[in-house]
Amino acid sequence: MLTHTQARPLIQERLGLAASGEGPLLVVEAPPDQWLALGRFAKAELGCGYLSFVSAVDWKEQGLEVVARVENLEAGFALMMKCKLGAGETRCVSLVPVWRGADWMERECYDMFGVRFEGHPDLRRILLPHDWEGHPLLKSYAVDTPHPPYR
Amino acid sequence: MDIEGRQVLEMGYAGAERLTMNMGPQHPSSHGVFRAILTLEGETVVAVDAVIGYLHRCHEKLSETLTYTQYPSIASKTDYVAAMTSELAYVRAAEMVGKIDVPKRAQYLRVIAAELQRVASHCLWLGTWCLDMGGALGGGATVFLYCIREREDVLDLFESLTGARLLYGFHQVGGTRYDIPAGWAQKCRATVDKIDGRINEFEAMLESNAFFMARTQGVGTVSRELAQEVGISGPLIRGSGVNYDIRRAEPYSSYEDFDFKVPVETAGDCFARYRVRMIEFRESIKIVRQALDGLPEGPISSRPGVKSVGQVRIPKGEAYARVEGARGEVGCYLIADGSAKPYRMKWRGASFSNLAVLPHIIPGHKVADVVAIMGSVDPVFGEVDR
Amino acid sequence: MPSALYAFVVGFIVLNAVVGMVTYVTLLERKFAARMQSRIGPYRVGPHGLLQPIADALKLMMKEDVVPRLADRAVYNLAPIVFLVPCMLIFATLPFAPGLGVADLNIGILFFLAVSAMEIVGLFMGGWGSNNKYALLSAMRAVNQIISYDLPFLFIALVPVLLTGSLKLSDIAAAQPDVLHWFIFYPVIGQLAFIAYIVATLAAENRVPFDILEAESELVAGFRVEYSGMKFALIQLGEYAHMIATSFLGALLFLGAWDGPGAAGSPWLGAFYFLLKAMFVFLLVTWIRWSFVRIRVDQILAISWKLLMPVALLLLMATAVVVTWNGPVGG
Repeated sequence: MLTHTQARPLIQERLGLAASGEGPLLVVEAPPDQWLALGRFAKAELGCGYLSFVSAVDWKEQGLEVVARVENLEAGFALMMKCKLGAGETRCVSLVPVWRGADWMERECYDMFGVRFEGHPDLRRILLPHDWEGHPLLKSYAVDTPHPPYR
Repeated sequence: MDIEGRQVLEMGYAGAERLTMNMGPQHPSSHGVFRAILTLEGETVVAVDAVIGYLHRCHEKLSETLTYTQYPSIASKTDYVAAMTSELAYVRAAEMVGKIDVPKRAQYLRVIAAELQRVASHCLWLGTWCLDMGGALGGGATVFLYCIREREDVLDLFESLTGARLLYGFHQVGGTRYDIPAGWAQKCRATVDKIDGRINEFEAMLESNAFFMARTQGVGTVSRELAQEVGISGPLIRGSGVNYDIRRAEPYSSYEDFDFKVPVETAGDCFARYRVRMIEFRESIKIVRQALDGLPEGPISSRPGVKSVGQVRIPKGEAYARVEGARGEVGCYLIADGSAKPYRMKWRGASFSNLAVLPHIIPGHKVADVVAIMGSVDPVFGEVDR
Repeated sequence: MPSALYAFVVGFIVLNAVVGMVTYVTLLERKFAARMQSRIGPYRVGPHGLLQPIADALKLMMKEDVVPRLADRAVYNLAPIVFLVPCMLIFATLPFAPGLGVADLNIGILFFLAVSAMEIVGLFMGGWGSNNKYALLSAMRAVNQIISYDLPFLFIALVPVLLTGSLKLSDIAAAQPDVLHWFIFYPVIGQLAFIAYIVATLAAENRVPFDILEAESELVAGFRVEYSGMKFALIQLGEYAHMIATSFLGALLFLGAWDGPGAAGSPWLGAFYFLLKAMFVFLLVTWIRWSFVRIRVDQILAISWKLLMPVALLLLMATAVVVTWNGPVGG
């Protein structure tokens, strides 16, 4: 069974990405073109079958960052995958082909941040009504933005 | 458009017409505001489109405007049925980033609160599940009233501890806000003993009932792979054969001091999830007894009492803290930037992922099973929509 | 008094008595259920809640009658009446005591079973006329279920008929002159037939565990969902009247009808015993209702066709064999 100490050099060697973080938490930053490859690698080689969450962070001028956390339940380690999309960029590759649970989570990212996931089977708003304008969790969206008829 | 994007199961039912039925936001069995657009062929469901978001309050944006001392009372409003565990996730995340220690007594108090909350939450689950299956005028209501009676005793305990029955504000960054009053430990033991006896009654009543068994066995089976890929957690994943309990996998708040069993069933159907939760009742009671026995003396918080809203400042950093809530893995991913308010806070709601499994398992079942499956998934929409 | 007027007066009295009994039986059920759930039940309206049914009736009479815009008006408005009339009509054939009944027909039990099955028409009319998918789904399930269960119900009800050798209800009652001869105590066949009768009653009356057609937590009142006010009251009346009628029938077929200490002398005392026995059957059904969860429609149909129907047929054949051997019980 693969342990987290073995996983770190494996990621470096296969994908050329450094894994930071300590102990059973591995943090890997991947560029957008290697996002899906990292996902497939994590599921197939590292045994991370459990998808915890997929979310995004708005770093203002530096752009958006998509964060996903997957875990290997038997070995007891977690992999935090991060992908900086770049300033002004909102497209990212979808992880739905790898983990089915990414479906709703990526819809929520789209809804809240405006990240468009390529390869997602059904990208539409999930928490807000379908005719809502704007993406609330962006730092540029003020907390008291009016949206008639709601207050 | 609502109709696109549903996973439709082709039944090969030649000549049949499909009926689209709305199990609407206002429905006695939807456990809150939830809309399921069912496509039916006769009585069989061939597709489900789950529409959520009716309770969306954007907690994540809200947390960016509230400080670390203000937010824990609001955190309880995500999973409002098991409020203690929701607050715990947030304060643990803040403590992980800020590397703040929590005194031993506070850790034990948190454990007692969390396990009592689990008992109360499972009481509500059992009552409402049987209510859905049995009808508001029928056997379901009988079980519901019995379970609510037990839950009220636990809520009385919480009321004497924090002053509130449902949404507490018990946790704060660095420890807990309240200490147990005099006589609370005896009352707690008495309540827990009474509930222990009553659970045996409920089990006997339900498991000797052939109708209950017929409604729950073989219904809503979730496979191990699907369970992990979708990210369901808690009693659902343990009912599908995966031995994953955060209290064992990554012990927090002194859980490693306690001796308890983690129930795992392999069948993956509603009955397996029911068995897991019934055993969890008893294990939680065991933990409460052990914690009360071993409760150490000491301060209940490593930080002084709250005097101003901005007094807690967490330095730059990020962490993901998770707790084993009554419904599964409740997590809080916090990015702090050195001020008194978080930069980004993401709630990983257990019920959000649990509910996401519905479009995968419901097609092929009858309409009546939709209700049984939803009850065994036990969603709380505060967590789903946040 | 000319016989037509006499029949009219007697019928009027029985009808009013039935309506009064139905309203108070709802209170009985609520109190019984409450005690089972460790609470009290209606308590405030009148002493110990005794005026509660009257308050409910007044409330329903004063409610606004809402008809959905797209409902099929004729069907929608007629449905409660078509549902209620058969449920009331079956009381005409019940003999409450020797000589005390509206019409003691030669084919009494056949009339009872045939007319009581006609409520399905009213039920389906209600579901269809409401123009509501939930109501339609419920009506579909109802037709399925009631037809599936009326057949075993009929066959079970024929067991006492075979034992007596007559379809007349007062003959069946007279064939049970004392406690030892009550058909429920007839070796083996009596007990099995009574249990099967209770199961068939539960299903034919849409009571939990067989109440899939109203299923409050799925279909929210089923075919009744679009009815309000007096029409709803009529449907409730019909349901409970049918329930009581089958309880009376059960008491008559299996528990000796008006038999009891001192009943031979006074028909009114016999009628009182009959009422007690009918209430016993009713409370048995209510007890089951408040203890069980409901089962799915395909499981209900499976129980009917794969379990209850063969059992009913076997019982009937066994009864026929026994009667040929021993001769019919009673004249």
